[in-house]
Amino acid sequence: MLPTPFHSRTAPLCVSNSWVEWAGYQSAAMYELEHTHEYHAVRMATALFDVSPLYKFHIHGPDATRLLDRVLTRDVTRCAVGQVMYAAWCDDAGHIIDDGALARLEDNLYRLTTADPSLAWLQDNGYGMDVQVEDVSESLAALALQGPTSRDLLQAAASTDLSKLGYFRATQTGIGNARVTVTRTGYTGDLGYEVWIDPDDAEHVWDVLMDRGRSYAIKPAGTLALEMVRVEAGLLLSEVDFISCRKTMFDVQKSTPLELGLGWMVHLDKPFFVGQQALREERARGPAWKTVGVEIDVLALEAIYAEFGMPLQLPWEAWSTAVPVYVGGRQVGKATSGTWSPTLKKYIALARVKPQHTALGGTLDIEMTVEAIRSTVPARVVKTPFFDPARKKS
Amino acid sequence: MSATSSAIGITTKYDAIVVGGGHNGLTTAAYLAKAGRKVLVLERRHILGGAAVSEEVYPGFTYTVCSYVVSLLRPEVIRELELAKHGLQIVPLTGAFTPMEDGNYIAFWPDAASTRDEIKRHSVRDADRYEEFHQLMFEMAYAVKPILGMVPPDLVSPSLRDLGTLRELSRHMKGLGRRKFHYLHKIMTMSAADFLAEFFETDVMKSAMSISGIIGTMLGPCSPGTAYVLLHHYMGELDGAFTAWGSQKGGTGGVSEALASAARSHGAETRCNAAVEQVIVKNGRAVGVALESGEEIFSKVVVSGCDPKVTFLKLLDHKDLPGELVESIKKFKFRGSSGKVNLALDGLPDFTAAPDPTYLHGIGMVEIAPSLAYMERAYDEAKYGGFSSRPYMDVVVPTVVDPSMAPPGKHVMSIFVQYANYELADSTWEDERENFGDAVVDTLAEFAPNLKDLILHRQVLSPWDIEKEFALTTGNIFQGELTLDQLFFLRPAAGWAQHRTPIRNYYQCGSGTHPGGGITGGPGRLAALEILRRTS
Repeated sequence: MLPTPFHSRTAPLCVSNSWVEWAGYQSAAMYELEHTHEYHAVRMATALFDVSPLYKFHIHGPDATRLLDRVLTRDVTRCAVGQVMYAAWCDDAGHIIDDGALARLEDNLYRLTTADPSLAWLQDNGYGMDVQVEDVSESLAALALQGPTSRDLLQAAASTDLSKLGYFRATQTGIGNARVTVTRTGYTGDLGYEVWIDPDDAEHVWDVLMDRGRSYAIKPAGTLALEMVRVEAGLLLSEVDFISCRKTMFDVQKSTPLELGLGWMVHLDKPFFVGQQALREERARGPAWKTVGVEIDVLALEAIYAEFGMPLQLPWEAWSTAVPVYVGGRQVGKATSGTWSPTLKKYIALARVKPQHTALGGTLDIEMTVEAIRSTVPARVVKTPFFDPARKKS
Repeated sequence: MSATSSAIGITTKYDAIVVGGGHNGLTTAAYLAKAGRKVLVLERRHILGGAAVSEEVYPGFTYTVCSYVVSLLRPEVIRELELAKHGLQIVPLTGAFTPMEDGNYIAFWPDAASTRDEIKRHSVRDADRYEEFHQLMFEMAYAVKPILGMVPPDLVSPSLRDLGTLRELSRHMKGLGRRKFHYLHKIMTMSAADFLAEFFETDVMKSAMSISGIIGTMLGPCSPGTAYVLLHHYMGELDGAFTAWGSQKGGTGGVSEALASAARSHGAETRCNAAVEQVIVKNGRAVGVALESGEEIFSKVVVSGCDPKVTFLKLLDHKDLPGELVESIKKFKFRGSSGKVNLALDGLPDFTAAPDPTYLHGIGMVEIAPSLAYMERAYDEAKYGGFSSRPYMDVVVPTVVDPSMAPPGKHVMSIFVQYANYELADSTWEDERENFGDAVVDTLAEFAPNLKDLILHRQVLSPWDIEKEFALTTGNIFQGELTLDQLFFLRPAAGWAQHRTPIRNYYQCGSGTHPGGGITGGPGRLAALEILRRTS
């Protein structure tokens, strides 16, 4: 595993020595021996995530917009300079390849972050266009600064006024001696920012943020905390809630943006984009699946535990192994990830189910095992994001 | 008031008036309002919350003035009132650090492995036993959990429901098995020190673990009965985990605000600066309240969230009550034993015992409980009408996890102090208050010498101040001690443990009733359910 540009800083702080592989990089699962406090830092103060392992691409040249508009399902012509768009892209069959954030940094310069390598796909789609695609994954370090105090913290560290930086907007600023790009984005559903940094400045920026952050109760946080907050935010995780169609040969494992609740970012009326025809047909006939949020009935779960003479046990971590979901004893889908939400005091999950069972307020039965014995527990269909504080956009 | 329809000839706007906007009063109000009742909460102070209150006493700094940590809040209250939606946000505290007088220390961490390593420095046996102890307390907490959620049965003249409760209770006790039942019996009768000595050999483990046994109680760790208080503090559940402690965003006042918000969302009204002088009783029934301002407000039911002494002896006329009850309430033990010091700090103090001076910076809790002898001596000093010159202190710095309570880089420190006898033998608390504050700061500064330089503001609350400001008799934080003789069907008095009173339509919902003190919402919820059952 490769070290990220922040490794000299993250390694000594990672008391737990608990690392996971993320896109080939060594990424902290948790810094402390217990991830709970890192989770709470996101919701109460500020958590600092090293998100350098994200794949990053620069798309530039006169046809940059044309290329991206062809690849992404969203209407990229509507993306203003300084704006960031959450977007997805598909193959010709309308199956999702990946999702990511697209930032328009200049008129003809975009930055796309992705979960998977995407250089070839982008380049191949640019055939005959005047556009360059550059993999800048290794030449750009990234930090996510997420939580209610992140705005004040970042402002205390930044050389320019960031108070006007709106949700999903990008700007340039200075942190310490470094020039950085700041986007008001993140994967937590909270107030938060991502900072894009020259790797040579990475350690310096980390030091400045940690130093200033002390006054704002900053805490470095790892993927375990991130997985909990992203479920609360109702955000999908590639390879958990969906599998890239380029990583599976089996149709049963593929999914479409419409099935995943991303239909709002599929602009069928724009000029040609990859997957347009298939998605048009899918929209006309209706998707085969829908993705919903559910709230698991904790009292019913507690009653099952009581049958075993045990108190209720709630998961300490987010889970990401799919479990069956039933209606009237018949399986209608699967829950792909879930977590106990200490903030909402609810047990929540994301589930992919047949469309006729997705009405808000409806009840599904989700499989739970207690002492490896199977039971089902009622789960109510609710709106996502589960957690959506006003500060996220204000 | 216009025309009348009710039996006593008064038209009422409210179904229930709750006297006292403490967290239990608000809980009762929320449950009643949720059931469709018209509810009014009357609070004497300018702010809701009772002892679960956060106030900006010094500009920019929010003190969690009295109560300071949350753990015991019943999960059913959180769930049924949807408190998370109303602002409840509790962060688990990160650990506890206990400096010792010889310069050593012991620390407890959120993860078992680090804690074990730490205890091993003192004793390998104790490290083993700690895990056993923790497991036992977990089992005990689970064992008593159903009791916390049940209205105590009347053992002398049980109703049909009481018989059902007793059956449930005996089935539950049988289900515990011999070992757990015997431990439960021990916990109910032993001293914290003796009980802990069955597990631990090192003095510092016993003293560090004994603190939960004495909090809020005028007893030393060697006094019988304190093992139960220990268990009481282990009954908390945070996200399904027994024995976890946390800090509410913005201080414990945030819990009260969440409860008030839940109550209002169901239509309850709350009024501050509305001190109730008396409950108006007509023909043996409560019909409303008279405020100190002279205003009278009528309602079908009156609920008191105040402590038993205020509920029965201040808000009512003695002659309306059976003599036996008046006697029991007079004898109910309050014995305020604790004070509170809140500090606004310019930065975090460095504890010299810590392996690295910044050690505390990631830890929210410090316990000044260096040895059992220190603890018992602190009690001895206060026993005869004084306060400990070197007291036990439960120090929490919530700003380590919740920066919203102070300006950036600054901190608030909550210091729960014991012992401070409400009844001073030779002086008054008005004269001694700041001396007491000095004793606290001086003692703490022995362990963290730079503390004094960091203090920007200091608030000192003696038990007398707590009584005066928060109407808690003798400043007892539990509305009456949590000793076996004052629990379950004896709380607050035999025959009157079911949240009722001899006055029809007058109920009690404070911590002076079952299941007792701490920010539990338990009494408030049980009282509301009892009122709904009896008045539906």
